[in-house]
Amino acid sequence: MTSEVSGSDAAGRLVRPFALTGGRTLPSRADFTLITTVTVVDPPPDRAPRPQPEQTRILRRCVRPVAVAELAALLDLPVSVIVIMLCDLLEAGLITAHPPHPVSPRTPRLDLLQKVRDGLGRL
Amino acid sequence: MAGSDAASPAAPDTVKILIAGGFGVGKTTMVGSVSEIAPLRTEESLTSAGLGIDDLHGIEEKRATTVALDFGRITISEELVLYLFGTPGQQRFWFMWNDLAVGALGAVVLIDVRRPESSFAAVDFFERRGIPFVVGVNGFHGRHPYPAEDIREALALPEHVPVLLCDARERASARDVLVALMDRVIAEADEGDSSGQLTPPVH
Repeated sequence: MTSEVSGSDAAGRLVRPFALTGGRTLPSRADFTLITTVTVVDPPPDRAPRPQPEQTRILRRCVRPVAVAELAALLDLPVSVIVIMLCDLLEAGLITAHPPHPVSPRTPRLDLLQKVRDGLGRL
Repeated sequence: MAGSDAASPAAPDTVKILIAGGFGVGKTTMVGSVSEIAPLRTEESLTSAGLGIDDLHGIEEKRATTVALDFGRITISEELVLYLFGTPGQQRFWFMWNDLAVGALGAVVLIDVRRPESSFAAVDFFERRGIPFVVGVNGFHGRHPYPAEDIREALALPEHVPVLLCDARERASARDVLVALMDRVIAEADEGDSSGQLTPPVH
């Protein structure tokens, strides 16, 4: 079990991750949510630029679809930093992104809700 | 994100449920007892979250400039994956809940029987936003000194909000709370369907 507060090198980590994004703190596209899944494009498109080392770390983790929140946790980077890097990878054509299932009280998907309920019931 | 999806037909649909409640009430414990992976932790910096500058008052330490989120995963099928997010318990981080709540199926509000007042605000949050929720009363070492109805009264909860006595450490108990939540979510969706209204009628 994880502890409530990690914070071992918080000051140092705040500097380093945003260095990875060229100092940007806002993504160029706002449509990556915590549960948006990303998948590497294999093989990469011919025109794609050579990925940076940190980008390569991401690409290795999303050979199979993986959620943004999981990537952030696995690579130990803030979500906001991961999202900026994912925007670059998406624009370079190196990954695809799959948005979460839309959930709206106005248009409930009863079949989807029932699937979630049944799946939980099988636990 | 039009067209970006074509090359990844295997990507599953994703949905999320929030596990909310006061600080130290057992949210991460509940996530861990049903998740197929050990709870993961991710951090978000307050600067990028942007909102809620007023909420920065209480922060004295540098390390508090990041807020931690614990989450777990339940693969329902190849096409559908459920994520469970424990909401940050400290009051000063509530502005994050707004972001988290967007697109959530519903929420479990966990209550510690020893200090139920620490979860009042969580109840309020979901009530105001019309997000379906159930209340899970997490016993101390699994013991429950109060019946569910006493808790309902203390929280002034309407009849349609289920109150369940649970043990967040137990997989079956946590599962039952989540199933009760989905029953509530489905019931509200049904009511919305038939009446064309978003809020159920008051009985």
